[in-house]
Amino acid sequence: MSEASLWNGFSAAVRRDLLLAMRRKSDVLTTLFFFVIVTSLFPLGIGPETDMLRRIAPGVLWVSALLATMLSLNRLFAADYVDGTLEQMALSAVPLGVLVAGKVAAHWLLAGLPLTLLAPVLGLQFDMAPRSLAVMVASLAIGTPVLSLIGAIGAALTLGVRGGGVLVSLLVLPLYVPALIFGAGAVEADVSGLGSGAHLSLLAAMLAVAGFFAPWATTAALRIALE
Amino acid sequence: MLEADNLECVRGDRSLFRDLSFRVDGGQCLLVSGLNGSGKTSLLRILCGLLAPMHGTVRWRGQPIRALGDAYRSELSYLGHLSAVKEELSAAENVEVASALAGRSVPAQAARSALAEAGLRRREDLPVRVLSQGQKRRVALARLLLGGSTLWLLDEPVTALDADAVKWLAGEIDRHVARGGVAVLTSHQDLPLATAPLQTLRLRA
Repeated sequence: MSEASLWNGFSAAVRRDLLLAMRRKSDVLTTLFFFVIVTSLFPLGIGPETDMLRRIAPGVLWVSALLATMLSLNRLFAADYVDGTLEQMALSAVPLGVLVAGKVAAHWLLAGLPLTLLAPVLGLQFDMAPRSLAVMVASLAIGTPVLSLIGAIGAALTLGVRGGGVLVSLLVLPLYVPALIFGAGAVEADVSGLGSGAHLSLLAAMLAVAGFFAPWATTAALRIALE
Repeated sequence: MLEADNLECVRGDRSLFRDLSFRVDGGQCLLVSGLNGSGKTSLLRILCGLLAPMHGTVRWRGQPIRALGDAYRSELSYLGHLSAVKEELSAAENVEVASALAGRSVPAQAARSALAEAGLRRREDLPVRVLSQGQKRRVALARLLLGGSTLWLLDEPVTALDADAVKWLAGEIDRHVARGGVAVLTSHQDLPLATAPLQTLRLRA
């Protein structure tokens, strides 16, 4: 299989998932509204103590982003599994891993990227400084693809299992912990004057590892689900 | 071309079939028959590589399909019980998108003419959601025609099809086999196939 046809398969998978999402906008919008509402509840519940809000902001934004991503994981493979498209993908001349990578990329474009772009606006509710907002966006930009990649493994493992929605959170949330620690930690490190470089580098390292292994693990899990 | 060698399939703790061997060459068609639950679908899934047999090997052009991998899959079209059509997309989009995912991109015009051939003229742009079961099946069959693959594995292809469509499909299978292709199909209905070298494989439950 040539490099060009691998690339064609990858972009076909991305474009297909984006097209399907455009036809069912509600799926994408629920994730975003969830993120907006959850983050807005905190300032309302805690009250206008700016010092406190500023301190909890990175953690709240990251945890909400994490939960919002997890909510959207179910739709990653479930519909394709039920209507037989996944079977056809497994029988495609394009390796399944490439198509899976395309689907994960589309998932990030529809969940992680909008969350990253919304975060600075929502951060204003917590009185975050412009510099912290920039670090926050950087950490989410590197961290949300990790969430999509790891989440895809969980979604593939729970495919066809009854009550898979709850199971996926039990499987995936513990694996999200390192990304959460270094993502939220980046902002705190920057505020305390340590610099966010180390945290962001570690996040980027996680992205590199997940980007390499997650599509492979997801593919293996999908093949088992299809048997 | 397609050889099965001592296949055994176990589902749960039940052995569906064992020591199953056959060979289908180019220009031949194999009809798999048997009662419900006798393992027809499992056999087809083994032949396309979705399911691993307990024992035995499937060979394509003399090579085990596990070793061939993508090279085998690029010569194969499988139509299962599930039609793999997306309700949100139109019939034409379905065929184009599915072909692109299968690694055989087709021009939009080819997708439309295949749909017209499958009896969906002027319905190409309707969302599949509003089509009937039989029409959805025709969308899946249009995708099959466009694939241009050598090996067709069709699991109950005539489900939900009307008499005209069954006749049309039988004609397409005949043409495919006459071109030197291989077809393996399961069906409870009689297909009016004209192909002379029709082998029948009967699975016993």
